[in-house]
Amino acid sequence: MNPVNYLYLAALLFAIGATGVLIRRNAIVVFMCIELMLNACNLAFVAFSRLHGNLDGQIIAFFTMVVAAAEVVVGLAIIVSLFRSRHSASVDDASLMKL
Amino acid sequence: MENLIALLVAAPLLGAAVLLCGGRRLDRVGHWLGTLLAAASFVVGAVLFADMLGRGAEERTLSQHLFSWIPVEGFQADVAFQLDQLSMTFVLLITGVGTLIHIYSIGYMEHDERRRRFFGYLNLFLAAMLILVLADNYLLLYVGWEGVGLASYLLIGFWQHKPSAATAAKKAFLVNRVGDMGLSIAIMLMFTTFGTFAFGPVLEATGETSEGKLTAIGLMLLLAACGKSAQVPLQSWLGDAMEGPTPVSALIHAATMVTAGVYLIVRSGAIFNGAPDAQLVVTVVGAVTLLFGAIVGCAKDDIKKALAGSTMSQIGYMILAAGLGPIGYVFAIMHLVTHGFFKAGLFLGAGSVMHGMNDEVDMRKYGGLRKYMPVTFVTFGLGYLAIIGFPGLSGFFSKDKIIEAAFAKGGAEGWILGSVALLGAAITAFYMTRVMIMTFFGEERWRHRATASPDQPSAEPAAETHGEHDEPHPHESPRSMTIPMIVLAFGSVFAGGFFSIGDRFMHWLEPVTRHDHGHSPLSAATVTGATMVVLIIGVALAYVQYGRRPVPVTAPRGSLLTRAARRDLLQDDFNHVVLVRGGEHLTRSLVYVDHTLVDGVVNGTAASVGGLSGRLRKMQNGYARSYAVSMFGGVAVLIAATLLMRAV
Amino acid sequence: MTELAAYTTSTGEAVQFWVLGTVAVIGALCTILMKKAVHSALCLAGTMIILAVFYLANGAYFLGIVQVVVYTGAIMMLFLFVVMLVGVTAADSLKETIKGQRWLAGLCGFGFAVLLFAGIGNASVNEFAGMGKANAGGNVEGLAESIFTKYVFAFEITGALLITATVGAMVLTHRERTERAKTQREMSEARVRSNHLPPLPAPGVYARHNAVDIAGLLPDGTPSELTVNKTLRERGQIRDVSNEALDDLRALEQRSADRLERSPKTEEASK
Repeated sequence: MNPVNYLYLAALLFAIGATGVLIRRNAIVVFMCIELMLNACNLAFVAFSRLHGNLDGQIIAFFTMVVAAAEVVVGLAIIVSLFRSRHSASVDDASLMKL
Repeated sequence: MENLIALLVAAPLLGAAVLLCGGRRLDRVGHWLGTLLAAASFVVGAVLFADMLGRGAEERTLSQHLFSWIPVEGFQADVAFQLDQLSMTFVLLITGVGTLIHIYSIGYMEHDERRRRFFGYLNLFLAAMLILVLADNYLLLYVGWEGVGLASYLLIGFWQHKPSAATAAKKAFLVNRVGDMGLSIAIMLMFTTFGTFAFGPVLEATGETSEGKLTAIGLMLLLAACGKSAQVPLQSWLGDAMEGPTPVSALIHAATMVTAGVYLIVRSGAIFNGAPDAQLVVTVVGAVTLLFGAIVGCAKDDIKKALAGSTMSQIGYMILAAGLGPIGYVFAIMHLVTHGFFKAGLFLGAGSVMHGMNDEVDMRKYGGLRKYMPVTFVTFGLGYLAIIGFPGLSGFFSKDKIIEAAFAKGGAEGWILGSVALLGAAITAFYMTRVMIMTFFGEERWRHRATASPDQPSAEPAAETHGEHDEPHPHESPRSMTIPMIVLAFGSVFAGGFFSIGDRFMHWLEPVTRHDHGHSPLSAATVTGATMVVLIIGVALAYVQYGRRPVPVTAPRGSLLTRAARRDLLQDDFNHVVLVRGGEHLTRSLVYVDHTLVDGVVNGTAASVGGLSGRLRKMQNGYARSYAVSMFGGVAVLIAATLLMRAV
Repeated sequence: MTELAAYTTSTGEAVQFWVLGTVAVIGALCTILMKKAVHSALCLAGTMIILAVFYLANGAYFLGIVQVVVYTGAIMMLFLFVVMLVGVTAADSLKETIKGQRWLAGLCGFGFAVLLFAGIGNASVNEFAGMGKANAGGNVEGLAESIFTKYVFAFEITGALLITATVGAMVLTHRERTERAKTQREMSEARVRSNHLPPLPAPGVYARHNAVDIAGLLPDGTPSELTVNKTLRERGQIRDVSNEALDDLRALEQRSADRLERSPKTEEASK
């Protein structure tokens, strides 16, 4: 098996995650899909690391995880406060962009 | 001395400005002021004339450069006047006859509350006409040309409370615009051909110009002349122009306006000399109009319209003569001058008759007026004799010369033109005699006009049964009206003889227009004899028709030609069918195109933009997910494009 | 595992990839297709663990462990907490409200996947350097060396980011008290004024159930909503078992009547 298959897997997971972001309305699930996309990227980075034979890819994946953690903290906090104020976790309910 | 030229124009222009801007304060003196300024212009003209006579034939041209009008690189338009023998002739005619008409109008318009304004317009008319004949270039001539059109519009529609007058004024203006278009195109052609439009350079350069260009310019000038001088096919306004006050008719027909076309053609003689085809068209137009006007004049019962037909016919003579080239220029102008006298006299006479007949214009309701209006009768009669060419009177000399010149044209053309001119003379004699008899001779048809039945004997005056206010009381006009008529009658009688004896007029104009005797196939005596014969035939026919038999008060149905002639030989119907209907259809189709195509495009664009916006608006649904899809799709497209570019 | 092949992997890794990869894709699909957020979260957690295995397979030992501990262990649990806060059973209706959104999303996702595949296929990545050399001194040591030398500023900034995120989360979720808290006295007074002086009835007291989401029955057999937790009441998640209970009661009575040989008719007649 060519290790490039990891990249195909990453691409597939990324596309699935992106589709999920687009079709789900529950903000939490949307968030999960974003995490899925991030993880797909991480897998790609790790595969690239192996491809190039150095650790830079892994380091970037590591930073991605840190940033993802920070993002999840803030994002979930936003969802919680959103739910408190609107009693709903649906992203469609916050369609205030159109009056 | 040349500084006086501007004064010629300035005096009536000042009068017009003062009278039209002065307001009601001038109501009491306005007519005197207007007359005075017209007379002043005449006096200046006379002084200049005397001065001109004092110099040699070739040094008589004076010019005055007033100011540079449009000084542009390669385009120099000046306000400059040129006074030569031709202009001088016109100046004297315009100011002289114009002044007499001013004097006449004092009496004629006495009861019109807008008399001041009328005199203002008259002065404006004179000023415009003087600019026209004094201009030393075509552009300034065009200014005068348009000024004449404006003044005629204002005067013909002077009684604008009458819808017919307003319509007639509009018609005159519109028809004139067609001619003006010709003049403006001619000026443009001149500028492209010669690079200038001053008379001197243009007329000198005609020798080196191709005949085609000269023909084009000549035809455009002819179109202009047709408009102003009421020649076929732009003649239709003249008859309707009778809606104006009678002095205006006299002014338009005798001294100003209609003579402008003749002036233009004679002035542009050099152009026409170089374009024989254009000349031929000019003569044809003149000949056709000559017969046209004469036939119309035979059928009209309205005295002014009969005279209008006569004017058309006489101007036709002049145009015919002008079209003959150097053979005829002098005679065209000479006939113009003599015609100015007798036609002004005739119109003033007609006005005088109307004045005494409660503004009745139908000749069938006149008759036997010679007893009541002796001065009018005599002056009108002299004018009548002059116009039919009674030997010794003005018309005899001038018209006879034109007929002679027409024959002298030579070849088949000469014979045809000469015959037409002779025929015209016969018809002229017929219809003028008709006017004369119906107005001044015969039974007093106005006495029982109320019964309106020609069969009943006139023994019982209708006034007894129908009340006195119904019946006119013919009376002689006031002196302010009769004096100009008398003066004009003198002119009608003696002008022709004065001009012709010793060929004075010919020598006077020759330096400007040149003259060529031509080779007449007939001797002068033969032509004169023939003219006399047709004259007698015409008069005799009219006498038999109208003098021997009673004139019916209501017009008989008449022959087909008579009925057509009553309708001005269907000119209005022709215009209506061809121009008005055509224009309407064109307009309708344009409106249709506008509504469907243009509006369709415009509205369609708007509607499609609107519809598209409506669709696009739905994309802005406010859902973040929807926007995310478009972003994601955009990214996908970008990547696809990048990949494609790399692949290619 | 220490000797990672340059062109192909070992058969073991291939088997592992195809098996776990399939599971990971199924997990991802379940994440986006499951109706309930809890299920989605669990599926995602599964996918993440598989990804951790893949990290390990690719020689990223540190990341593999971190993935399990931090991601699956901490972040996903955070998700579950939030799901619990927001509502475990608040089933997400999968009915699409935006017209054409699902089709467009599917098309975009599919197209994007195709594009990525095309890009990867185009790239000449036939030669894998392998992690042998890089991991020679130990994966964690190698990472540490890079992070604390080459990427030290990024690392420091990450620290700042995390602190900011923590503070941000606190600020976002913190609720300022807008009114004074009620004292015990005030609360008891309010209680006396209300109609419920004694404690609210417990759920399922008069029925045969003692689940929290089943309302207790009143003496006449109708359920009382008061017995159920307020949150459940608001969500409409009360299970109504009153009819079953009544049926059960009736069956019991029938049985006892049969045993006592008393017919319901006679009973009715005696009444």
